[in-house]
Amino acid sequence: MFPRIVYESFRHQARRKLLAGIAITLGVAVATAMIAVATDIGDKINRELRSYGANLVVTPQEDTLDVEVGGVNLKPPSDGAFLNEADLPKIRGTFWHNNIVGFSPMLPVTVKIGGGAKDVTLVGTYFNKPLHFGKQDFITGVRITHPWWKVSCGDGRLARPGRVEDSPAACWPNDDSQDILVGERLAAKLGKKPGDTLNVTGRQLTIFGILSTGAAEDDEIIAPLAVAQQILGKPGAVRRVYVSALTKPQDAFATQDPNTMTPEVRDRWYCSPYVQSIAYQLQEVIPHSHAEQIRQVAQNEGTVLSRIKGLMLLVTLAALFASALAVSAAMATAIFERRVEVGLMKSLGAGNLAVAAIFFAEALLLALVGGIAGFSAGALLARQIGRSIFNSQISIEPVLFPVILAIAVIVTFAGSAAAIRRAVKFDPVFALRGEG
Amino acid sequence: MSATGTLNTQKQVADRRARAPHTSMFARMLLRAAVLRRRRAAAALLAMIVAAAVATAMMNLYVDVQAKLRTEFRNYGANVVIVGKDGQSLPADALAKVESATGPGAKMLAVPFSYAVARTKDEQSVVVVGTDFTRARQLNHWWKVSHWPDEPNQALIGMRAANVVSPNRQPFELTFQGRPIELTPAGMLQTGAGEDSRIFLDQSEFQNWTGVSPSTIEVAVNGTAAEVESFMRQLAQILPSADVRPVRQIMEGEANVLNKTRATLYASATLVILTSALCVLATLMGWVFDRRRDFAIMKALGASESLVNGFFAAEAAAMGAVGAILGFFIGIGIAVWIGRANFHAPVVPRFSIFPYVFAGSVAVALISAILPITMLRRIQPAMILRGE
Repeated sequence: MFPRIVYESFRHQARRKLLAGIAITLGVAVATAMIAVATDIGDKINRELRSYGANLVVTPQEDTLDVEVGGVNLKPPSDGAFLNEADLPKIRGTFWHNNIVGFSPMLPVTVKIGGGAKDVTLVGTYFNKPLHFGKQDFITGVRITHPWWKVSCGDGRLARPGRVEDSPAACWPNDDSQDILVGERLAAKLGKKPGDTLNVTGRQLTIFGILSTGAAEDDEIIAPLAVAQQILGKPGAVRRVYVSALTKPQDAFATQDPNTMTPEVRDRWYCSPYVQSIAYQLQEVIPHSHAEQIRQVAQNEGTVLSRIKGLMLLVTLAALFASALAVSAAMATAIFERRVEVGLMKSLGAGNLAVAAIFFAEALLLALVGGIAGFSAGALLARQIGRSIFNSQISIEPVLFPVILAIAVIVTFAGSAAAIRRAVKFDPVFALRGEG
Repeated sequence: MSATGTLNTQKQVADRRARAPHTSMFARMLLRAAVLRRRRAAAALLAMIVAAAVATAMMNLYVDVQAKLRTEFRNYGANVVIVGKDGQSLPADALAKVESATGPGAKMLAVPFSYAVARTKDEQSVVVVGTDFTRARQLNHWWKVSHWPDEPNQALIGMRAANVVSPNRQPFELTFQGRPIELTPAGMLQTGAGEDSRIFLDQSEFQNWTGVSPSTIEVAVNGTAAEVESFMRQLAQILPSADVRPVRQIMEGEANVLNKTRATLYASATLVILTSALCVLATLMGWVFDRRRDFAIMKALGASESLVNGFFAAEAAAMGAVGAILGFFIGIGIAVWIGRANFHAPVVPRFSIFPYVFAGSVAVALISAILPITMLRRIQPAMILRGE
């Protein structure tokens, strides 16, 4: 009899059940999407924060002082120590290699251009260099670590500061070529444009594009690393390496000295992606190096990240609250309309418990169906949000499914409980007479 | 006299009665409906209030969070830099001009920097920078400084420079074009960037020693991209001898993160507002549907279609209006609390969003009243009264 009552109730009151079901589905969909977005927002914003550039720099341990003012390097070029280019792919062998978004070596060299006496800094680097470490193949260079560098190429147009169109990949020189980029202010001073050749300490190099960065590089020449090494006469030399890594906001634990820790604590520190522990690991893989966080970038991303995460958490709570309320409102309305039925059942001898059981069974069915439909809709919604805003997937943890379903059932029950209690307590006589 | 008076009074009473019952009956019906079914009415009103509050909080946050995040982003330091053209020094009044460019109270911080290459005793070159420590400290939050200089001839020494000039924190001597200066290290500076190889001095001491005036002013301007751009144009106008450049690394990073956050917040706010509208719809529809007997009685007593519709519409509108007003203030409270909890700064209440919240609440309430009415209209009053 019990299953039959529930079944008939769904069959004959399809419209009302549909309304309540839609409310549950929508509520669960919003809750799922918001939870998925909120749990993933940290990771997404962390990646977006990488547009501020590298947060770590690796320098030779025994380096002399940099003497550099306004982009002009006054340090004797062969002075000081160098890192070995051959060691760089090992960066991909660190414990947190998946968190390393990219790295770019830099080798500044002071050169004379155009046969004149003018000193200009030429920086050798990777643009978009394919490398491999062990079985991993990866691409790294300034296109990843310095996303604000803009190159304008060809058609005689010079890039205007602040209003540079996104340049296609074709505008960046090949890392194996002898092609260079010239900073926009330097190019304007020299009157050079893409396609011209430039005499750099006796070498004829082709200008591939004009670089605009809004910083010291606007007065410099950027060349493939090998070219800078040839000019300097030191093959394999690298002055410093900028590393862009996804890190965890630092806390008190992060700033502790690993050398004073007990082995277990040290393992825990080592296995957390703090900027400090990544720096420590970089020092381990690159011989004779000193890795340091770039505080301007590294120190601030934690605050921005925690603010945005906190905000999304609060917004998600508001969303959960609103959807819980919507579900309970819909359930309460649906039950309140069925007092006559309750009256009939009770006058036929049904106990309060039996009546409540029927309603709860119906609520459970609605919650399960609505929960499953809502979860799928919410997953789609989250994916859509991820794709349209962050250009990447927001994936939903399968663990979330039973949690969401349980929440849906609990909220539906909680929303129904008060209404069921009132419906059950209502005098059958009044209910049947249609008063109330 | 008296007869006309009575007549007048009687006529007045008749007039009043002719007019009065309609309006007072209408108001009375509205009021009694709310009082007699106060539980259901309270539930419907509560849904209305919650929805309006959530919508208000979301809209307020959406507007205000961007300003809050921009303030956070200013911790990344200067977003505009002013340098002398071709490496020249800036005019002596440049800093004052920059500060007068915006009105008082504008969120702007300008820090002068001057550079010179000095030599240590053992003929090592080192870059010495003159600056204003109080301002530099405000601008560059990320500088890790063990102790800021507070006495004359004290210098702030970059981590790597310290190993060269003063490995044991002893006083040291520097020479610039034959002019020596004796400095004591006040504290160490660590940034992980170029500053680590430099020595920082107070601007006036630096100028007395080297005679070099500031060549760079770093400016942190708080505002939207358009505001920053107009500020830069203004600066370029008043300082024709200088180059005013955006710090692209900072500006583009900020624009990127801010756009994504705004878009996410927009999507979330839309979802939350839609859900709360749904909540109102479900509750109010139930509330109106539940009163189909009132509806039937009114019709059975000869009320016109428009009167019945008007009655339910007025009821819904009143509920929407009351809910919107109460919800608005609660929502403002929520937004202020969120601002305090998350950004440690209060969110400014935006009263300009009130009309939207009000109009939205009334519209949702009207929709949720009209939907069940149109459904009921097709049913004969007798059927409803018989309880079918």
